[in-house]
Amino acid sequence: MTGHGTSGTETGTGTSTGSGTALEVSGLTVELRTPRGRTPVVRDVGFSVRSGQTLALLGESGCGKSMTAQAVAGLLDPVAEVVGGQVRLGGRDVLRLGRRERRSLAGPQLAMVFQDALTALNPVYTVGSQLAEPFRIHEQASRRVARNKAVELMERVGIPEPGLRAKAYPHQFSGGMRQRLLIAMAVALRPSVLLADEPTTALDVTVQAQIMELLAQLRRETRMALVLITHDLAVVGEQADQVAVMYSGTVVESGPVAEVFAAPRHPYTRGLLDSVPAGHPRGSTLPSIEGSPPRPGSVPTGCAFRARCPLARDRCATDLPPLVATGPGRASACHYWKELADV
Amino acid sequence: MSETADTAGTADRAGTTGPTAGEPLLEAHGLTKTFRVPRSASGSTRLHALDGVDLTVRRGETLGLVGESGCGKSTLARVLLMLERPDAGTVRYDGVDPFTLRGKSLLAWRRRVQMVFQDPFASLNPRMTAGELIAEPWLSHPDLVPRSGRERRVRELLEMVGLRAGDARRHPQEFSGGQRQRIGIARALALNPEVIVCDEPVSALDLSVQAQVLNVLTELQTELGVAYVFISHDLPVVRHVADRVAVMYLGRVVESGPAEEVFTAPRHPYTASLLSAAPRPPTAAPQDGRSRRIVLFGEVPSPTDPPSGCRFRTRCWKAEQVCADTVPADEPAPGAPQHLAACHLPL
Ligand SMILES: Nc1ncnc2c1ncn2[C@@H]1O[C@H](COP(=O)(O)OP(=O)(O)O)[C@@H](O)[C@H]1O
Ligand SMILES: Nc1ncnc2c1ncn2[C@@H]1O[C@H](COP(=O)(O)OP(=O)(O)O)[C@@H](O)[C@H]1O
Ligand code: SF4
Ligand SMILES: [Mg+2]
Ligand SMILES: [Mg+2]
Repeated sequence: MTGHGTSGTETGTGTSTGSGTALEVSGLTVELRTPRGRTPVVRDVGFSVRSGQTLALLGESGCGKSMTAQAVAGLLDPVAEVVGGQVRLGGRDVLRLGRRERRSLAGPQLAMVFQDALTALNPVYTVGSQLAEPFRIHEQASRRVARNKAVELMERVGIPEPGLRAKAYPHQFSGGMRQRLLIAMAVALRPSVLLADEPTTALDVTVQAQIMELLAQLRRETRMALVLITHDLAVVGEQADQVAVMYSGTVVESGPVAEVFAAPRHPYTRGLLDSVPAGHPRGSTLPSIEGSPPRPGSVPTGCAFRARCPLARDRCATDLPPLVATGPGRASACHYWKELADV
Repeated sequence: MSETADTAGTADRAGTTGPTAGEPLLEAHGLTKTFRVPRSASGSTRLHALDGVDLTVRRGETLGLVGESGCGKSTLARVLLMLERPDAGTVRYDGVDPFTLRGKSLLAWRRRVQMVFQDPFASLNPRMTAGELIAEPWLSHPDLVPRSGRERRVRELLEMVGLRAGDARRHPQEFSGGQRQRIGIARALALNPEVIVCDEPVSALDLSVQAQVLNVLTELQTELGVAYVFISHDLPVVRHVADRVAVMYLGRVVESGPAEEVFTAPRHPYTASLLSAAPRPPTAAPQDGRSRRIVLFGEVPSPTDPPSGCRFRTRCWKAEQVCADTVPADEPAPGAPQHLAACHLPL
């Protein structure tokens, strides 16, 4: 996690084979251009993920998860702009690369899966030709070879009768199958890092379980690093090795999932875990975090969580709590994290 | 499912919510609803949204309705609210079939069953204030609250759902998602209903806000004795609020019974796979619910060409020939007469 990455020493193409750091993000700051001026939506975000591991970016809607992922992948909407930070991929800071060089990393180095598979696929081409495209562009494969690879890929992500289905169009697939296609497209060139932005949010639980299983299987096979973006605590608990909890544009706590969930060291993480209905008697009043998250334009001074925080005192209004190490591999951005660690 | 035979059983459980709690209030029998759709691959032009659904809602209780998208939950809700006429089957409310009512008695009935949606403002006028939105139902029920008392009643309702009286003058877009859902609940309460059908009421809300809204619903039930039909695809949420639960698959109720029993000892393979597929919340007890994960093959078949026999058979790991040949009847679990499952080979 933040502050103890090791990527600086890695060189070359970075298709990490060991358990080295595949991606390290630090100090990432993204601003949104609005009619009323610039608003920071991602503030000083840092995390890192090792090959073959899963890091979850966990947070409620609007906290900046997608912006973070899009900034890392170089796919930000034109209204948003990276104004600071580093994104180290295979030893290089991709934010310093030219547009062309950066684009050449998309696919073989870093790929992204979006939540909405229908808008991410082109409706007018067969899925076979869309899946063949990366091989034609990046590997200069012939039409026939690329097509065979596309069919292989469809088989690998569990699409029945791939040879036949390659001739079909995206709308002829169910939601779950479309998400498989999108994953197939993302992993075609065996990227070392895969960013998956709420890949199962639109799907039903039985299909969600299949897709999660597929991602885990691909990660094991290719030892890629997976950045799993989600608002679902249960998904994090089951799928991730490490977690970075985001609130209002920044990481407020990070560490190994099991440790963070067993003993959170930020009042926000603690509040989230407490408000999960499971574990409370049926019908009982659930502990809840009062109020709602601040809007990007009106984030309070000091700690962004202070208006909702049971531990808040004067200092929280004046001093921005930095993300500091609280133990091996763990960090918290709360002035009073020790009070949580003690109980 | 057929649940008329067991009116006595759950009375004690629901009895905490009011003097008349526990007696059947809303009963549905054999509800069937199809929609005309463009011809499918097999030539069918009928989509079977509901296929013989039986359901009972008792006074003061919460009935959880779960199932994956497209299984017919919202259609069932719309039939129970008389927004949709079933092709077959009956609805009884307090013994009366609301579809036979006309004029004043129909209006009086409409007041008693209200609805809360996932996004309460999706279909409402954004220029109206919260107060106007809450008061709007009184336009069609003018005798319920005298004109002079309406402003005060709006303030009361706002406070009941945890908002401030002064919020009456604000517009929907000034509220957060959780506050908007509170306004939706206040609007539903304006007519003093006996049943509120909540269709995915917290699904669009963030976890930290979801708990607040669930608490509001629980408190209101304790105070007012209102019954809920609580529709959700989120099993832990349903488990928290429901007294009884009905599990739907492809237009049918496949399992129903006391929530705790269904969740801890599911009998229908579909219920078991649904429980097992849902990621386990980090705070759940380790031995809770399931011992091994069942990852189902495939996806839900199209409701235009539902499988014969048991509708789950194409994805069921236990399926045998009988499952294709015969529609399974609701059978009670041994020693648990209210816990019904429609499966030839129950777990
Ligand atoms: N294209 C955009 N234009 C304006 N605001 C945006 C845009 N994209 C995102 N935002 C805002 O930036 C913030 C962060 O958004 P996002 O990264 O999408 O959050 P998350 O993925 O965690 O839900 C939100 O407040 C959102 O409203
Ligand atoms: N007005 C309609 N016309 C055609 N099909 C419909 C209509 N309303 C619902 N359906 C279909 O009926 C089935 C059940 O839908 P619905 O009750 O909304 O399910 P749920 O609420 O469980 O997701 C779905 O296949 C849906 O597409
Ligand atoms: S810094 Fe203060 S306000 Fe922020 S989480 Fe810690 S105690 Fe609460
Ligand atoms: Mg997002
Ligand atoms: Mg619905």
